[in-house]
Amino acid sequence: MSHLLEILGQEPYWSFVRIGLFLVGVASFVGANAAYLVWCERKIAAYVQRRPGPMEVGPQGLLQPIADAFKLFAKQVLVPPGADALLFRLAPVLIMTAAMLSFVAIPYGAALSPTSIDLGLLAVFAFASINVMALMLGAWASRNKFAIISAARVVSQNIAYEIPMLLTIVTIVLMSGTMNLGEIVTKQGGWIWHWNIFQWQHNPLVVLSFLTFFICMLAETNRAPFDMAESESELVAGAFTEYAGMSFGVFFMAEYANIVIGCSLATVLFLGGWNLGLGSFLASVPAWAGALIGLGAFFAKLYALIFTVIWIRWTFPRTQFYGLLNLSWKILIPVSLVTLWVTSFLLKVI
Amino acid sequence: MLLTKEQALARSTHSVGGPNETFVLNLGPQHPATHGVLRVKLTMDGEFIQRAEPVCGYIHRMHEKMGENRNYTQFLPNTSRLDYLSAMQYTHAWVGVVEKACKIEVPERAEYIRVITSELNRIASHLVGWGAWVMDLGGFTPILYAFDDREKILDLMEHICGARLTFCYYRFGGVANDVDDVFVQGTKDFVPYMRERMKMYKKLVTENIILRKRIEGIGMISQDMCRRYGACGPVLRGSGINYDVRRAEPYSIYKRFDYEIPVYHECDSMARYLVRMDEIEQSLRIIEQAIAAMPEGPFVAPKVPKIVKVPAGDYTYATEAARGRFMIRLVSDGSDTPYRVKLRTPCLANLSLFEESSAGMLLPDALAFMGSLDLVIPDIDR
Amino acid sequence: MKKAFREIFGGAVSLVTGMRITLDQFLKNFRKDHNVPYPHATLPIPERYRGHIIFTNDEAGKSTCIACKACEKACPSDCIFVDGLKKEGEKKKSATQFDLDFTKCSLCGACVEVCPTDALTYSKRYNLASTSKAAYAKIDLIKDLDTRMAKQRPQPQQPQENTPQ
Repeated sequence: MSHLLEILGQEPYWSFVRIGLFLVGVASFVGANAAYLVWCERKIAAYVQRRPGPMEVGPQGLLQPIADAFKLFAKQVLVPPGADALLFRLAPVLIMTAAMLSFVAIPYGAALSPTSIDLGLLAVFAFASINVMALMLGAWASRNKFAIISAARVVSQNIAYEIPMLLTIVTIVLMSGTMNLGEIVTKQGGWIWHWNIFQWQHNPLVVLSFLTFFICMLAETNRAPFDMAESESELVAGAFTEYAGMSFGVFFMAEYANIVIGCSLATVLFLGGWNLGLGSFLASVPAWAGALIGLGAFFAKLYALIFTVIWIRWTFPRTQFYGLLNLSWKILIPVSLVTLWVTSFLLKVI
Repeated sequence: MLLTKEQALARSTHSVGGPNETFVLNLGPQHPATHGVLRVKLTMDGEFIQRAEPVCGYIHRMHEKMGENRNYTQFLPNTSRLDYLSAMQYTHAWVGVVEKACKIEVPERAEYIRVITSELNRIASHLVGWGAWVMDLGGFTPILYAFDDREKILDLMEHICGARLTFCYYRFGGVANDVDDVFVQGTKDFVPYMRERMKMYKKLVTENIILRKRIEGIGMISQDMCRRYGACGPVLRGSGINYDVRRAEPYSIYKRFDYEIPVYHECDSMARYLVRMDEIEQSLRIIEQAIAAMPEGPFVAPKVPKIVKVPAGDYTYATEAARGRFMIRLVSDGSDTPYRVKLRTPCLANLSLFEESSAGMLLPDALAFMGSLDLVIPDIDR
Repeated sequence: MKKAFREIFGGAVSLVTGMRITLDQFLKNFRKDHNVPYPHATLPIPERYRGHIIFTNDEAGKSTCIACKACEKACPSDCIFVDGLKKEGEKKKSATQFDLDFTKCSLCGACVEVCPTDALTYSKRYNLASTSKAAYAKIDLIKDLDTRMAKQRPQPQQPQENTPQ
């Protein structure tokens, strides 16, 4: 036994074990996080609308997500007649797998990154595009007209939004000089003005980059005001119309997982990741305390962003489909291109 | 299965995968955007609507036939169940037509109470219409703010007549109960409160760029189309036709008040939206004047017969309900039950132009347009 | 060009304004709560609330109904059934049976208005729900009055009106 542990502790085995451990951790984190983000969303929505929100199950309705999960588990997964049963069942699995794999590349703390991939950023985006494919497959397989319309929208929406998002990311990569997410965060260490969002000397339009990234993130994760896929007042439930029980629940969880990934990326790329922004303060405390504080800082920034995402959802009406494409092609892509030019000029030419 | 040549040809060009392929999408009778049991049969080309055919009748309750079987008093509760959101104005039309036929004098105080409650009801109705419409557009929060305000109106109404939705408050020759100081004070307090809220709604929704982009220039209804289909209410006034029953054929005591009829000439959904928002402001003005001028006195005419018998003849009476011109045509043969009751409801007229106007629209635009018509389904089907 | 930039800027401002308003409403919850947690607390029912009809009672705790059937005739939905007879030694008829079919009733109040002896009034019951139609197809108003009177005798306060039957 000890021999086995020794072997597993060595490279290259240790990398696999570490990824495995993180996957288990991520799976439980994603589940719990999605459940409680639903609770947060319902509470925030209720408070915005001057209601108390869930109150009955547990204090302040805290046990409501668990009750909901039981309800979803107890429901049958119905495959509609004429549907492609295999793809219909596969789509939620696919979307969840992609969402969970993305978590592997994200550094949560100095010592807490599952794996240090040199092209971590690309990996996350590769997984993110599976998301769209899964939605489309599920919608197509369910043989529902509303779902088909939704699928067509999802695809064109995501194509439109990946361009400005990737252009923005290229800008950040230029500024950091690496695609390794852990290194991007390390480069932002030190004081608060070392965070990428305050790096005006390299990219004077970095705030615009952040906004572009944030808007694209909303669109990528199909969140309001860009929730074309679901748009419940037009397409009933869009791509999820035929899904019931836990298969719907998995889609739901994947949506929240994607929000977490999007907001994590925004934190890592712009807001300094686990850095506190207080000079060498983290180095002066014991290592374990530093790691904990770093983790705390990361999650504080992450949940502040998630709060904003939820807050936006409960404020605005849904955009129209062509309005969304107009926004992407007429505003976001030019803005991100200009930012990219300015940054490359400042960094590489001067 | 082997196909004949004709069948194969028909399939290849028409049904499967052909360039002119269309599909039929049933919007409703259970759909979140139709707010009731309206069914619209959409022939779709992708996400573009080729033809939208409204199918009514899912909540047909034979109100007109009921009018022929019941006596005049018994038909009163029916009138609040047509357009349940503006029950007061509907009851007003029924009591109005009977009073006109029987020449019943309505006391001053009752007229003032009627105007105040009708206008409060109009505000409540517009608030629901507005909130539900913004909800169709995907904004969930405004409807709850609107219901918050509407709750205040309904509390006032419940205080005077005991019901919150199907008021059934007016009687031949007056109203059922007198209003008291609580109602008067509550209404006086409500007016400035609502004005504050309207400022907030303007900032939160009206000026919002996403909403403006969604409804500006969407759902054009020309003046000609309005005339052909008999459109009424905010739909008509949003197309630049200055027609309001309160002005055009004044009933009750609407002549005495100083208010404006909001008219917009853009003909699009935004114009209809703005008409409704302005109408709330104008209703507040009317309420303010009416509550200040309300005289003391009886609230119901002294000599109303217990069993109303309308002299034989043909009578009409129209009121401006929240959704437009509601008219009752009453044919009486002199007995205690009407010979014929014809209800001319605004929503049916407004729905009928949906088919022509929505051709070629995108599905979300068509739903935004449908929201701008502010349909109440029981009012369509009666 | 200038117009386009103005539109973008104006749009962004409108979005920020909207978010400020919702945040303001969000924070208001922490200052004061204006909700009533319904099943745990209820609002007072207004005096004129139009619930389903019940009998009023005179000082002796009896109904003043004279079984004249005016309400039966006035009812637009045919949901009232009255029967009465003249008892020995009494001047007027009294009701022996008064049934309300609440499944048909539209709560219009025509019966209350038409009653010559003010024997009918509105109850303040609103928590009316049942899994069987029979529970409300025949509400016996005479029995209802008797149970209310029986309840009233030991404790002279107003009867609990808001509880479900």
